[in-house]
Amino acid sequence: MKATLSTLAVCAGLLAISLPLASQEKGSKVGIKPNADVYAELAKAPEKARNRLNPLENDSEAVAAGRLLFEDHCAECHGDKAEGGKKGPNLRAPEVQNSTPGTLFWLLTNGVVRKGMPVWSKLPEPQRWQLIRYLKSLGVPQEPGSASSQIPR
Amino acid sequence: MKIVPSLAFLFASSLFGVFLSAAVAQERPYVVTYDHYLEEPGNLEVEYFSTFGTQHNGNDFHSYWMEFEYGATAWWTTEFYLDGQTTFHDSTVFSGFKWENRFRPLKHEHWINPILYVEYEDVNGTDKTLKEVIGHDVESDFLESNAETRREHERELEFKLILSSNFKGWNVSENIIAAKNLSNVPWEFGYALGVSRPLRLKASATRCTFCRQNFSAGIEMYGGLGDRYSFGLKDTAHYLAPVAAWNLPSGWTLRLSPGFGLNDNSHRLLLRWGLSREITGFGGMVSRMFGGRS
Repeated sequence: MKATLSTLAVCAGLLAISLPLASQEKGSKVGIKPNADVYAELAKAPEKARNRLNPLENDSEAVAAGRLLFEDHCAECHGDKAEGGKKGPNLRAPEVQNSTPGTLFWLLTNGVVRKGMPVWSKLPEPQRWQLIRYLKSLGVPQEPGSASSQIPR
Repeated sequence: MKIVPSLAFLFASSLFGVFLSAAVAQERPYVVTYDHYLEEPGNLEVEYFSTFGTQHNGNDFHSYWMEFEYGATAWWTTEFYLDGQTTFHDSTVFSGFKWENRFRPLKHEHWINPILYVEYEDVNGTDKTLKEVIGHDVESDFLESNAETRREHERELEFKLILSSNFKGWNVSENIIAAKNLSNVPWEFGYALGVSRPLRLKASATRCTFCRQNFSAGIEMYGGLGDRYSFGLKDTAHYLAPVAAWNLPSGWTLRLSPGFGLNDNSHRLLLRWGLSREITGFGGMVSRMFGGRS
């Protein structure tokens, strides 16, 4: 009984450590860092991945389907309007909107695991492309400076 | 009766999960096999699983467990299990707890994606969850009554190398298992293999409950590989189980898996089903309770 209680105490302790660790990891990803850092991962996409074209570019339903996927899987971190949330950066920033569909697909597939963004290859490829269609349809907000100034803080 | 507070705790935990905001899950249908996907950081998945097993020359049983799976980071998922079982014409007992951790060592996706798994389990001899089959675990081990087996106490460390790949919508996962009872028992080995695919790869443009994209199906096979002194298939049990999952838009996931024993050492039928719900932002909520920022 004593051993069981001590093991449970160790488990609870480790679980308690994991909670702030998770928060800290997310915190390191948000607006505290300058734009260049937040979006640096986009530049790491290999040439081949960057040049991939979206096979659903002409799919009339892709944007609508992508919007639902965004609400289900992305809005929690990146905000309902993709303008940035507590954990994830603004996806309407020029750095994202000016990236090729292939670059965004590569980032979505691989995540930024060490900075808190999970890999999303669990979504089948067509769904990831649908998400990219939706993201690209958002565009950069028209007001000068509004996109880059909305990096969450 | 000791089981009553445990079950009350499980029930309360489940209700707790129901009233928190849920995420639409994208779960694989596997029950035994692990793929390389970890829980999203800060999310908690509460799961309930049941296994009905037939027993030759003995009493059939119903084992069940609760899982609390938490995404500590994008590369670390920690999970806590509470197990129990009812053996028909015998009794209902709480069989112990397990604590597992899965780590993703590589930053990017590859053809084969490895995950390292470490589990500590503290169970008594009544454990019949069959969450994995290792060593020379065979059907006849379950013939003794709960009164006899609950006196046995096992503390075990279990390690898995999880390998998982995606190809054209299919997921193929292989788990290699090594377990060491912390008493003087040799290393035991086992395996689990799984293949699955969603019924439709593209998402539909409207919310739907019965769309094919919400269903996935596959098959898994698992069994023991003997121990350090007698490695191989001799005196081991093996199972083949079709698996299916239904990811509901409300955030619930239902799983069903009838498993069939492949040799005389196996239970003839292991009928499993499970229900899970993913709670978003659980880590942030707990953190705020203690004065944290997120």
